[in-house]
Amino acid sequence: MPHPSAPIPQTPTAVALPLRLLPLGPLSLSLTAYSRSVARRHPGLFRRLGAYNHTRFVLDPTDLPFVICLDPNGGVPRVTLTRGQGDGAARIAGPLAALLGMVHGAFDGDALFFSRDLVIEGDTSAALALRNAIDDAELDLSQEITRLSGPFAAPLQRLFALMERRSGVSLTRSKEVDAW
Amino acid sequence: MVMEIVCPAGTPAAMRAAVSAGAHTVYCGFADETNARNFPGLNFGRNEMREGIAFAHAHGSQVLIAINTFPRAGDEGPWHRAVADAQSCGANAVILADIGLLDYAARHHPDLRRHLSVQAAAANADMINFYADTFGVKRVVLPRVLSVPEIAAINAETAVETEVFVFGGLCVMAEGRCSLSSYATGLSPNMNGVCSPASHVDYHNDNGVLDARLGGYTIHRVQKDKPAPYPTLCKGCFSTTDKTGHLFEDPVSLNAEQLIPQLQKAGVTALKIEGRQRSRSYVAQVVRNFRAAVDALEAGQPMPEGMLARLSEGQAMTTGAYKKTWR
Amino acid sequence: MDLTVGPNQFFWSADRWAAFYDDLAAAPVNRVVLGELVCSKRLPFFQDRIPDAISTLLTAGKEVALTSLALVTLKRERKQTAELIGMGVEVEVNDLTALAHLPQGTAFSVGPLVNVYNEGALAWLAARGATRVCLPPELPLTSVATLAKAGADLRVMIEVWGHGRLPLAISGRCYHARMHNRTKDNCQFACEDDPDGLDVRTLEGQPFLAMNGVQTLSDSYACVAYQIDALQDAGVRALRLSPQSNGFGAVCGLYRQLLDGQKTPAQVTDAICQLDANARLSDGFLTGDRGVDWSGSRT
Repeated sequence: MPHPSAPIPQTPTAVALPLRLLPLGPLSLSLTAYSRSVARRHPGLFRRLGAYNHTRFVLDPTDLPFVICLDPNGGVPRVTLTRGQGDGAARIAGPLAALLGMVHGAFDGDALFFSRDLVIEGDTSAALALRNAIDDAELDLSQEITRLSGPFAAPLQRLFALMERRSGVSLTRSKEVDAW
Repeated sequence: MVMEIVCPAGTPAAMRAAVSAGAHTVYCGFADETNARNFPGLNFGRNEMREGIAFAHAHGSQVLIAINTFPRAGDEGPWHRAVADAQSCGANAVILADIGLLDYAARHHPDLRRHLSVQAAAANADMINFYADTFGVKRVVLPRVLSVPEIAAINAETAVETEVFVFGGLCVMAEGRCSLSSYATGLSPNMNGVCSPASHVDYHNDNGVLDARLGGYTIHRVQKDKPAPYPTLCKGCFSTTDKTGHLFEDPVSLNAEQLIPQLQKAGVTALKIEGRQRSRSYVAQVVRNFRAAVDALEAGQPMPEGMLARLSEGQAMTTGAYKKTWR
Repeated sequence: MDLTVGPNQFFWSADRWAAFYDDLAAAPVNRVVLGELVCSKRLPFFQDRIPDAISTLLTAGKEVALTSLALVTLKRERKQTAELIGMGVEVEVNDLTALAHLPQGTAFSVGPLVNVYNEGALAWLAARGATRVCLPPELPLTSVATLAKAGADLRVMIEVWGHGRLPLAISGRCYHARMHNRTKDNCQFACEDDPDGLDVRTLEGQPFLAMNGVQTLSDSYACVAYQIDALQDAGVRALRLSPQSNGFGAVCGLYRQLLDGQKTPAQVTDAICQLDANARLSDGFLTGDRGVDWSGSRT
């Protein structure tokens, strides 16, 4: 766990650069399959989105060369990676470590906003709903990925392993919630 | 007796985090307009509430349900049902603000313990005793306009338990008596359970300069790399003819951790942490911090040094009205 | 419909204060609520003028009531509140502290700073002795109509905020003092320089609020001229006009003429704007999306 006052880690260029060459199409398909597998185990997440269950979100890891477009699609999500601005009603931007740390309960979203590590644009209310829904779901993205099988599993597992090894980014739910 | 830590929970996950981190008591609300943190993606469905309370009780914690907005004329049903459901879900008490709802709860649910919400702004012993005598209120959450000596004076004149805020967002105005938000956005804490709602917030980021607009009004502008506050009206940056600045309050949040011994001497029963809109990470961290503080106090040890600045709005803290010079 | 003059929200000199109520004796209003609403430190400056003002207004045939303070925290303020009961006129409760001192069975009225949002609260207050309630300004017309109907059944007269800067918030902190880097205890009465409150603008110069010591008001002047028919249909029995430093007698006359059908809403609002060319009007709490909205701009 990072120390509370430690800066949010930035994904090193050594990791980010090779990502530029990734074929985003297959990766999008993998992430869609992955998100649907998460959705099946966490239907409450989509219930909690309420009116924003069909709102398109742009998640922008500012230290990676692509953005993640998430369409909750009423509980049957679609994920698209794209190299550009992406299209959505709300945009949540910040270092990958901040975004993942929030998902895993290691960081507090408001605190990241106060410290300017997180930037919200567009429909602020939708962004808040997504943040709260994810916080309640207590996701563990690493554990979720081990549950994924089939043709989409392998590329994702390789990607996650690479990122975790090379970046120090938290890909596991914070067990002992003692840091931000 | 050890002072009671009363912790916020906006979601079932946050409730579990609070209980696991040592909260004596957790407060929360139903997912609708009946509570003053009616934010998107927050709060509890009926089943979630029942399960959450069972979890808390199994771990020795109590649960309070805030039903602290003012019921809508011609449509009081949702508020009445919230009181009934709070009782059937097993809540240890309800936190109410409206005299009509207090009267309803006292008549229809006499066995359900009633706390007076900060939204009722009961700021003196006469009023607190009036609520106790009239509606059987057992505890009052004091408005954030009182100094520590004033709190001590109140406790000397009332048998009603007092609960005070020690950490988190700070209302500058007397709570429950503020229409700034509905003036600018149409949505108010009293009627809709929201203040300066996200649905009416627009952020503009221009080369790192962050503008926040609410209902079309520019609330503040923060320079690159400076801490950002919530876009809350009363903490905005405004101008009069001869001054520009945070005319009502700086973008700070309350931290009265170091005042806990004085609050105990003043006769305070419970210490309340604000932040049902915050994450489970915030809840766990703040609860652990304050639990350690009251345990240290009980053991006769000095207050531990706090580490909560980063969690605070604008990353700046104040002791608020507890010190008289705040006024 | 009756016209009620609400308590002056601002800090005026004792002479100005007394002259204002002398003038009101001749104004076409039915009822006057006076006394200090906002800050207990102001009261000693004009307290000894209150009995004369009451007697002048009673002689002129007005109903008279005394307001309680809006936020009571100090011992001195509790004492002031308790003393209102023995003054011989009706008390307008603007903080429930006053109820703690009112003997059961004593009739009283309720001001706009007490939260009466629903029938339950109204019925409880009626049972406690309330005969008239001025509703909180932020209530929408649908709620006003529901409460006016309930009020008729409960024999409680329902009044709404008709004209004047809206009281949006009250605080323990004095913003005038803070602006001058003083504490509230050493405020040196900074608010007395602003007889209608001090304009507060956004960083982009947009008019927004007005500062009045511990109180925060709207920049805009509420004006229900375009809502009169709807309010009458809803069963509202009185309009509250809130004192302002200039042309208040004329304002009272304009609303009376509007109620008597001698002037149209457009004529009334034009005349109000002529009294103060910089005044902005609003009626959004009743029918708009936001409190600041103004239906006059749609016509």
